[in-house]
Amino acid sequence: MAGRFAPWRVFAAVPQQVRRLAIVVAVLVAALIVARALLVPPTFGDRGHYRAASVDSIEKLPIRYAGHEACAMCHPQVVERKASSFHRGVACEVCHGPAVQHTTNPIEVKPPAPRDRAFCPRCHAFNAARPTGFPQIDTTQHNPGVPCFACHNPHDPTPSHPPESCAACHGMIFRTEAVSPHAPLPCTECHTADPRHKEAPRQWLPTKPVDREFCGGCHAAGAPAPASLPASLRIPRVDLATHGERYVCWQCHYPHYPEAN
Amino acid sequence: MADEIPATGSASARPGGGIPRRVFLGACAAVAAPALLTAARQDGGAAQGAADATAAPRYDPRVHNYGMGVDVNKCIGCGRCAAACKEENDVPRDPHYCRTWIERYVIKTDGECEVDSPNGGIDGFPEPVAEGDVMRAFFVPKLCNHCANAPCVQVCPVGATFSTEDGVVLVDESYCIGCRYCIQACPYGARFLHPVSKTAQKCTFCYHRVVRGLVPACVEVCPTGARIFGEVQRPSSPLTRFRRFNALQVLKPQLNTEPRVYYANLDGQVR
Amino acid sequence: MQGYIYPNEYELQWSLLIVVYPYLTGLVAGAFILASLARVFNVKEVQPTYRLSLVTALAFLIAAPLPLLAHLGHPERALEIFLTPNVRSAMAMFGFVYAWYLMMVLLLEIWFDFRKDLVIWAEGKTGFLAWFRRLLTLGVKDLSDKSLVFDDKAGKLITIIGIPSAFLLHGYVGFIFGSVKANPWWSSVLMPVVFLFSAIVSGIALMLLVYVVTSRARGKPLDMVCLDKLAAFLLYALVVDFSLEMLDVTQRLYEAEESISILGQMLQNRLVISLLVLQVTVGTIVPLITLFLVAPTVRTKGLIRVPDAPRWLIYFVMAVLIQIGIFSTRWNVVFGGQLFSKSLRGLTTYKLEFLGIEGILVAAAIVLLPLVILWLLVKVVPPWPDAAAEVAPESDESAPLPPAG
Repeated sequence: MAGRFAPWRVFAAVPQQVRRLAIVVAVLVAALIVARALLVPPTFGDRGHYRAASVDSIEKLPIRYAGHEACAMCHPQVVERKASSFHRGVACEVCHGPAVQHTTNPIEVKPPAPRDRAFCPRCHAFNAARPTGFPQIDTTQHNPGVPCFACHNPHDPTPSHPPESCAACHGMIFRTEAVSPHAPLPCTECHTADPRHKEAPRQWLPTKPVDREFCGGCHAAGAPAPASLPASLRIPRVDLATHGERYVCWQCHYPHYPEAN
Repeated sequence: MADEIPATGSASARPGGGIPRRVFLGACAAVAAPALLTAARQDGGAAQGAADATAAPRYDPRVHNYGMGVDVNKCIGCGRCAAACKEENDVPRDPHYCRTWIERYVIKTDGECEVDSPNGGIDGFPEPVAEGDVMRAFFVPKLCNHCANAPCVQVCPVGATFSTEDGVVLVDESYCIGCRYCIQACPYGARFLHPVSKTAQKCTFCYHRVVRGLVPACVEVCPTGARIFGEVQRPSSPLTRFRRFNALQVLKPQLNTEPRVYYANLDGQVR
Repeated sequence: MQGYIYPNEYELQWSLLIVVYPYLTGLVAGAFILASLARVFNVKEVQPTYRLSLVTALAFLIAAPLPLLAHLGHPERALEIFLTPNVRSAMAMFGFVYAWYLMMVLLLEIWFDFRKDLVIWAEGKTGFLAWFRRLLTLGVKDLSDKSLVFDDKAGKLITIIGIPSAFLLHGYVGFIFGSVKANPWWSSVLMPVVFLFSAIVSGIALMLLVYVVTSRARGKPLDMVCLDKLAAFLLYALVVDFSLEMLDVTQRLYEAEESISILGQMLQNRLVISLLVLQVTVGTIVPLITLFLVAPTVRTKGLIRVPDAPRWLIYFVMAVLIQIGIFSTRWNVVFGGQLFSKSLRGLTTYKLEFLGIEGILVAAAIVLLPLVILWLLVKVVPPWPDAAAEVAPESDESAPLPPAG
């Protein structure tokens, strides 16, 4: 049986244990290969180590928010009015909710138009973590009971008259200063604001003092007291030539609450 | 952008009244077409391929490379983004499943930093912060960073999560085995296990919107423009301007995950 | 919950089942290392436990995938790990390490070691058990000297390959945790090494327990020389394991990098009992000191001479304590890594259920299952020294009687 056929001889020389085990291993490997051929999804590996068809199914997921460009097609006047107002960056669906059903069925499906006073404070209620100057109100004090849209058109929310005091937008600074030694000073004592600041705050920024001599105007040793303040007010005086030379005053003293260590 | 719904035309009237039949029929077709196309898109059925082929060129992921910018100074913590994301993507409204969320940081004058995120911020931050000893406070939106060197993609045992050719990290819901290794590997806490499908889920950059030329839902509804979506390496993208004019940071850079979400004005306290 | 955690971190992802899994595979690796001590390093004293260790390792290895399957969100898709493995994923590659170890090491070694016995036990018998044993021999009935020598050599070779394979088996589980850079509790170069040595400790302790219980159950006297040797190796392994864990702690405290604050809080607020009490004190220090005093290591008797009767009981109790300790080690790794937030600002809690697929009941059943499997296996391949079949000299026509059942 061995004969001259060399591979058979080698095979026959291998112990029976190894031959039988080799058969078992071969069967298992073949099973794995067959399983791979049958069970691996067809598009797997086309574009990477994943099932390419899954990207296609993800692409086909339903859309809920139509996007602001969709609204402009049928509501150009509203969009145009909003485009030059403070709410120009606020997309329609921020307030009106997801509206893609409305774009496909404009007559029967109407997005809600929020009218309740609890809606606008979501963005505009005062919160110390909000950026300075972002229009914020104290909801309990700002015209309580009156719906917001009574004075503010949501598509052009400029108030009927600009805020009288700086505190309307800079509330936290105002409240900080109100309990500080600088409380008697109006904001305009140190800052000059173009009237347009109330309409386009970031484009018309108020001025800030630039040198030590400005603060020295009240706090230098021989400076006169400002006429607007009561004469009995004690103003701390320093020798400008030696006090904290090289620094400008506000590097150490927070102007809205000096000496608040 | 590609895949726009074609605009409705307006029929021109002849002097003396009457509209040419040709123009009238064209106007009818122009009005009906967007409705039909949108319906086909909604349906997501086989008709989609045919409709898209006639309406716009097929989306090619290889020419896109998406990223997102977040300007921390602009975020007002209204939470609209988190709410819109849940709406757009059918995320369970229960508290602990967030594809995106907002964190509020309050740094006190004594240096202590407190962070909170009530329900991910989807109802805003109704609890006020006591103003008294606040040194600085701000909001930080968080989401999946779609890392170029994503640890979640590296550890997925079966290839159910992957990075597409346009830089978006997605999850194949019908292939995921639910082992949760990716959730453990994500340094940013961006992933969760969906309670019903028992598969891993996370922000997809609203891929289904992006391939149609829309922006992700969170970007769409952000009222202050704190979130910017765009393409890396495309000069006309809003993201390019953002990257040019801001000193950018990413979250946990020391882990070398190469995130694609770039933060401007990010405070050192943020993890 | 205290402090701040990311919203998605409220729910812990890896539960009690993921604690059970490395516990079981650790026992496998440890039992096999003990077997290799007998086979490769010729530690004759532990020879009575050689076959028992192999069969015990097999029983635990068979049960090991169960907690994983129970934990998966989609166990019906589990085959995907073998069909489309992601070669960059430690978890995927571990599937192949497990398969390699099961088939090419453990099953092969058991086969080569028991083949002769299976042939003899099944010869001339009818019934399911005999048929099954004949099937297991794969039809290789050759009992000649040449064939038996080959069996022996093959077995030795496989054991030699098996030692690094066992290291790989459980070191890989450690690597699955240790390579997660997102998690400062897990991410460590030491993790695979600590896992491996705690596996060796638990495996030797397990074999001590199994040997004592099976000997008593069968009414056989305990081989105190064997037990003493087991206890000595247990002590050595425990010393290395403890040193590694102390090294880890020391290095962490010394470097004191960013996560040290929240990790310290977690230890104080969540892991006091499981770590300080169970893992360190009950599971390591008490057995360490006791074995050091009682087990004979360098001399023939221990530092404190204890007569045989209470001595084996002391070993037994220490082995139980060690099991508790190593289980706690796995607990502390898995839950320690999830009880603190990756924001490094807060802690959360684990709600341990009693019922439910990830509850205590199911976990306990899975931990006990290998013992049931072991009970079944010893019916097919009894590993007792007195059950081993002897090859009859060729002239003798009557074969020795196989043991009943």
